[in-house]
Amino acid sequence: MSDFTSNFWDFYIVILTVGALLFCVWILAVMGKSKKEEKAANSTTHVWDGDLTELNNQLPNWWRGLFWVLLIFSVGYLLYYPGLGSFKGLGGWTQTGQFDKEMAALEAKTKPMYDGFLAMRVEDLAKNQKAMGTAQRIFLNECARCHGSDAGGAIGFKSLRSGAWNWGGAPIEIEESIAGGRTGVMPPMGEVLGGEPGIKAVVAYTFSLSGRPHDTNLVAKGETLFEENCAVCHGADGKGMKEIGAPDLTDNVWDYGSSEKAVMRIVEFGHNSELDEGGFAMPAYKGVLSEGQIHLLTAYVWGLTNR
Amino acid sequence: MAVIWGIVGLLVGLVISVQLMWPAFNFDLPWLTYGRLRPLHTNAIIFAFGGCALFATSYYIVQRTCQTRLFCSGLAAFTFWGWQLIILLAALSLVFGFTSGKEYAELEWPIDILIAVVWVAYALVFFGTIAKRRTPHIYVANWFFGAMIIAIAVLHIGNSVAIPVTWYKSYSAYAGVHDAMVQWWYGHNAVGFFLTAGFLGMMYYFVPKQAGRPIYSYRLSVVHFWALIFTYMWAGPHHLLYTAVPDWAQTLGMLFSVILLAPSWGGMINGIMTLSGAWHRLREDPILKFMIVALSFYGMSTFEGPALSVKTINALAHYSDWIIGHVHSGALGWVGFITIGSLYYLIPRLYGRTEMWSVKLVNIHFWIATIGIVLYVAALWIAGVMQGLMWRAVNEDGTLVYTFVESVKASYPFYAIRLIGGVLYFLGMLLMFYNMLKTMGQGKPAEAAVPTATAPVHA
Repeated sequence: MSDFTSNFWDFYIVILTVGALLFCVWILAVMGKSKKEEKAANSTTHVWDGDLTELNNQLPNWWRGLFWVLLIFSVGYLLYYPGLGSFKGLGGWTQTGQFDKEMAALEAKTKPMYDGFLAMRVEDLAKNQKAMGTAQRIFLNECARCHGSDAGGAIGFKSLRSGAWNWGGAPIEIEESIAGGRTGVMPPMGEVLGGEPGIKAVVAYTFSLSGRPHDTNLVAKGETLFEENCAVCHGADGKGMKEIGAPDLTDNVWDYGSSEKAVMRIVEFGHNSELDEGGFAMPAYKGVLSEGQIHLLTAYVWGLTNR
Repeated sequence: MAVIWGIVGLLVGLVISVQLMWPAFNFDLPWLTYGRLRPLHTNAIIFAFGGCALFATSYYIVQRTCQTRLFCSGLAAFTFWGWQLIILLAALSLVFGFTSGKEYAELEWPIDILIAVVWVAYALVFFGTIAKRRTPHIYVANWFFGAMIIAIAVLHIGNSVAIPVTWYKSYSAYAGVHDAMVQWWYGHNAVGFFLTAGFLGMMYYFVPKQAGRPIYSYRLSVVHFWALIFTYMWAGPHHLLYTAVPDWAQTLGMLFSVILLAPSWGGMINGIMTLSGAWHRLREDPILKFMIVALSFYGMSTFEGPALSVKTINALAHYSDWIIGHVHSGALGWVGFITIGSLYYLIPRLYGRTEMWSVKLVNIHFWIATIGIVLYVAALWIAGVMQGLMWRAVNEDGTLVYTFVESVKASYPFYAIRLIGGVLYFLGMLLMFYNMLKTMGQGKPAEAAVPTATAPVHA
């Protein structure tokens, strides 16, 4: 597609560019000439502010030469590279072309290696030290910014070492999580549960499922509320539902902070954009990373808890 | 005729305000609330420090070299108070987080309008004074000031066009890549016309005055002035190499930046050759030292700039601290030093003296600040090249050798050196402030005689 909405802008750019260059050439040519009578006088005879005067020395030759060289260079450059409006340049260079070429060269160089990795099962790949070295470097550059260098995660960012998998921990499930991304939704339950007393009760009940200290007086109320409102996603036993990414609430792993306050916050507001620390989604890496790279990362992530 | 009290008071006020703005150098501490202090830092340096210095020196120079009083001194006073108000508003609004998000043009639209009004008033005063000059020719310094005033008016208004939503929020009238293009058309010419042309104007008056030498070459100033103006306007896209900006625009941005080397060096040659013949005075005259080092940094920065805009080099240096180093070699070395040298010439003369209270202190300031710049710039050069190399290092298996955070970690010692350099430069400024107060305490505001129009000695 042309960068110009009409031919006018094309000409506009060409004329301005050539005009500016010609102006430089002109002023350099005119002022670069040495006139004999000026050489003799060597002063403009202007005087300002008492003692300010001007000489009128010739342009230094080396500087004049430098200017000419730069101007000639620019003419050559404009002929070879795209610059004069929609003129593509004799060299046919484009920045996307350069990018594609460099990426193709890299691809050609690493393809045999990745083909080898793709042919291997995740379970075997996770034991291959060389493969895991490469995988770790990809992980550090692509994944660590959210999941941490040690894959330990952070509040709102899944720990990959906890052994708890909202979307399933089998190699094929992990591979799908990386390639397609994941977006889990926890609806805000504050009003439905009847405000703070209800939330507190439900949290007390879930803490009891995880074997955490809790207010035992609230468990009965919490259980009722849980069955009515939460079990549909998290399951009657609270063990979650990986088809929709509903986390297991019995494993004492808390993606959005483990304190009572933090868990209550998630129950009340859910995770959506209203929560500063909530609503993070795993982006899809298909297209960002190659098939081979995703396969390799799957083995790395799987291997973190399955070696 | 005499330059009356009011004008002198005005000039002194400007100089003082310049001094007050200097501590802004100190804000360049990355671990403070950076997002707000950084625009405050750049705005304070460019527009508060640089702007006040330009107002003060240009009003002084245009009066001296036109051998007449300012056109409409009331309007000149308005530009002073208006500019101070803008600075105050800028400092407050940036700290409180109001920003349009455009680099070097972060101020929101009501302040932008105020800037435009003050700037037009400035233009009226300046060109009005030129119009009633009592010399046959317009002095070269005034060409540069004039070019700056016109270009900045066009750039500021062009770039700041926005659609206001509330009193403190507006959205740029341009979208996407157009906004980026307009932004850097403005951004680089803020460097080109504000920080280069304006300060070249300063150089063209104070260097020959302090050296007691004539300007080296009139014809060189003609060539480099016009070439500078015709090429600077194009250079903006070199900030956007390898982005969504079309290939042709990138090429033009790079090419005209490369050509800029010649006109820029033209100014440097004219300055340095004007000093030649007064080399012996460098030993005892710290003001000349400031000026020669300023010109040297100007030459270095304007060599570095074209080099950095070459795509191949830019691919390494872009987004790295090399760029910050480059900016500071220009800002601290060229803009800072030529201003300091000029003010050391100007301040005593506004108080009926010819020398600062302590020339020795000026000398100490020179050495502290020079060492400061060298530390600062060298540290960031090394850090920048190192970062660029680390970011592009690729293993045999096609993965990156270093993660980003490793490059940050490796930069750490250089940030420390850079801080030391910055502190030294800042200390030099404190010395200058003290010296200025002492000088003012000893003298009294001078009623300078307007130089009588010397008849040109045409043969």
